[in-house]
Amino acid sequence: MAGTIAIKNGYIFDPLNEIKGEIMDIFVRDGKVVKELSAAELKNSKVIDASGMTVMPGGVDSHSHVAGAKVNAGRMMRPEDHYKANLQKTSLTHSGSGYTVPSVYKQGYDYAAMGYTTVFEAAVPPLEARHTHEEMRATPLLDMGGYLVLGNNFFLMRYLKEGDMEKAAAYVAWMMKTHKTYGIKCVNPAGVENWAWGKNVSSLDETNIHFEITPREVIKGLTEINESLGMPMPVHLHANNLGHPGCYAITKDSLKIPDGVKTRQNMDVEWAETKMDPSRDRSVYLTHLMFNSFAGTTWADCESGVKDITDYINNKDHVVIDSGCTPFGEATVMTGDGPAIHDLYTLTGNKWSNTDVEMECGSGVLPFTYLKSNPVHSLQWAMGLECLLLINDPWKTIMTTDSPNGGPFTKYPEVMTWLMSEAFRKQTFSECHKWANDRTELGGVNRELSLYDLAILTRANPARTIGMVHRKGSLGVGADGDVTVYNINPQQLDPNNYETLLRTFRKAEYTVKEGEIVAIKGEIVSLPEKRTYYSEVHVENEREKEMLADVKEWFRYYTLGFANYPTPEKYLANPTPIRVNGER
Amino acid sequence: MSEVILIPKRTIDIKLEADVITPDSFAGKSADEIGKLSVWQGPKTYPLSDFFEVKGNGGSSAAETLIRIKGDAMRVKRIGEGMSAGKIEIEGSAGMHVGSGMKGGEILVFGDADSWAGMEMTGGLLYIKGNAGDHVGCAYRGKWHGMKGGRIVIEGSARHQLGGGMDGGEILVEGNVEGFCGIRQNGGLIVVKGKALRGVGAEMAAGTIVIGGKIERFSPGFEYISMENGLILGRIELTGKFRKFTGDYAISKRAKGVLYVAADANPEL
Repeated sequence: MAGTIAIKNGYIFDPLNEIKGEIMDIFVRDGKVVKELSAAELKNSKVIDASGMTVMPGGVDSHSHVAGAKVNAGRMMRPEDHYKANLQKTSLTHSGSGYTVPSVYKQGYDYAAMGYTTVFEAAVPPLEARHTHEEMRATPLLDMGGYLVLGNNFFLMRYLKEGDMEKAAAYVAWMMKTHKTYGIKCVNPAGVENWAWGKNVSSLDETNIHFEITPREVIKGLTEINESLGMPMPVHLHANNLGHPGCYAITKDSLKIPDGVKTRQNMDVEWAETKMDPSRDRSVYLTHLMFNSFAGTTWADCESGVKDITDYINNKDHVVIDSGCTPFGEATVMTGDGPAIHDLYTLTGNKWSNTDVEMECGSGVLPFTYLKSNPVHSLQWAMGLECLLLINDPWKTIMTTDSPNGGPFTKYPEVMTWLMSEAFRKQTFSECHKWANDRTELGGVNRELSLYDLAILTRANPARTIGMVHRKGSLGVGADGDVTVYNINPQQLDPNNYETLLRTFRKAEYTVKEGEIVAIKGEIVSLPEKRTYYSEVHVENEREKEMLADVKEWFRYYTLGFANYPTPEKYLANPTPIRVNGER
Repeated sequence: MSEVILIPKRTIDIKLEADVITPDSFAGKSADEIGKLSVWQGPKTYPLSDFFEVKGNGGSSAAETLIRIKGDAMRVKRIGEGMSAGKIEIEGSAGMHVGSGMKGGEILVFGDADSWAGMEMTGGLLYIKGNAGDHVGCAYRGKWHGMKGGRIVIEGSARHQLGGGMDGGEILVEGNVEGFCGIRQNGGLIVVKGKALRGVGAEMAAGTIVIGGKIERFSPGFEYISMENGLILGRIELTGKFRKFTGDYAISKRAKGVLYVAADANPEL
């Protein structure tokens, strides 16, 4: 029977149900976790003997760049990224190529091989939503969704400047439906608009050109709208001044803006059973903290400012972060922050691309190599790990590499192992530039994450943060039957033996998606259907009408007609709307 | 040294991707086993023995293996790709990517070599008795770092972008080159005894280029330093007068590339 499986005798790590390595059986019927299977069902179901192994919910990546125009620009401008990394077609799987930016098929297989089943694209420019959905539809095995880039949107900046919060909220709701996207992304608020004039903003209270709105006003407005609409996830914030020495100060000040914004997650969904309250209590989700945490004034005197921010986060409860770790090696930097990419170009002289997305946002792409011999790159490596190790509560942290910005997602096993093994960190300290040790606190950190912590950072918390716990991130009854089995015996786990950890994380023993085994030891064995989630946000008809009148009037500045703007559902694989803000 | 002889059986239509033809993969194999190694032709794979008659067994190691291709291999790509030791002798011409990424050992091509010969090689010797195509010792498309070590000798002429993005090693061309020789060079030595078309050393940051003949259109970003009488560059000795330039300052002001140009052939410089 498809979608029905028993996973027996594994050590279960399910943080949302506070299960810390107990030996249990997991049952899945028709794709959903159930309490038990009847004798008849058991007879027909597949059985995995997970004795001596670690069992976790399927991996959830709440921040990756895997689909859309800039990802594809990264593929096209980098033939050198493809010629040595390629995948042969089999009777089941498609061919593919690419190391830092793999083709859609390859990235689906690569994620599944590591035990991941859910991946969210963290930046969808509205005008590129169709393209993004086409690539998500073609990415096999992964349940997906995308965050809509709204931090420099003409309509929103105008409404926020005028203080018309109701129309602004109606616009956000309409945009989510129109582009079939899931949550709000805010990249370099107010700054990317200035980039159209060759400029940027450098402080939270600097107004931008024409709209005369400040980053502070945009962050405040978007975080308030987010809660007034009851969105599943907090605003995914990419703070201003990213990647510049000294930027940690503006990052910390940005985090203070939504402090006090009351969270209100209003989704009409059937929640999977969890012991912990699955609802979200963070009002801001800061992305790639590492890139926003440089202290100092120039690249010569720069140092880690992570401690200062993590001290703040340790004392506050409204912030959750993802790390943006840099595991050394090849990367392709791609962001909606056009000016940041231009700065990287002037720094490196590498080839680059930049795009102005009409009235909405911008983007830039540039190939980058993080070298152990380079002082700043070594500093960044240590800072990325500081982000996850200096924040005491793992429920405030999510492990990412901002793939492929800090490095491709296929380097997650390295990051996981550094977090779990001080010996592995020491080994890397001995290989990289001394700035990693001299200019960060990492050398003095002896914290080693447990498998339980790791399950929080890579499953439970990303799912909880983005409001997907109704289906993902736990093994509670009613959750999707997405399960990862790692060949790690927690009783014999030795963090000093990091080579073994690396090997086991690279290829999960089993990856199960909705009750079907999709990968065994990294080999793809089946290709069940996938889903795309989006937020169908309700607002009053009247509000929407008034707002649409404005939008239609301004639409003449777009290069396409209003009727061609929306992304129809046919662009989505198994479109799965989540009703938000409905009457209950 | 054990000798493996490959005799072409027939003319090849779609070019073969034959990166299995290396001393490394032949070592320790019998003629029969070598014949069973598979090569790509278009979307399909075939045994090597479909295209070549295989005689002789591989040696105990790559270093103990000599491969001799008795005939023309112009439609056989990637011969000797990534080889680390041993020797390949091609009694005719070699297809694209011969010796690309080679780390050691020796390849001798009696005829011509098609484009991308010695692409991104890091060691060893690639000796071409005839002419070579474009991109000799160059970086792959999109990449800015080409050949890092080893030596390429071309008795004839080569075409465009010889030594593009070269980081190290040495290329010697007895004949002429065409456009953009040493484009984006970061190190190493290129010596062309004949003439060059244009764009010599464009955007080079380091390394040395010598052009012994006329440069049709000289790159504008170079600065004249001095007149040199005869040159000794490692094992290469050249007689006659050379004008020494540094550059390319067209974009970077910190470039350290050195370009020597035969004074007699280029009186207007």
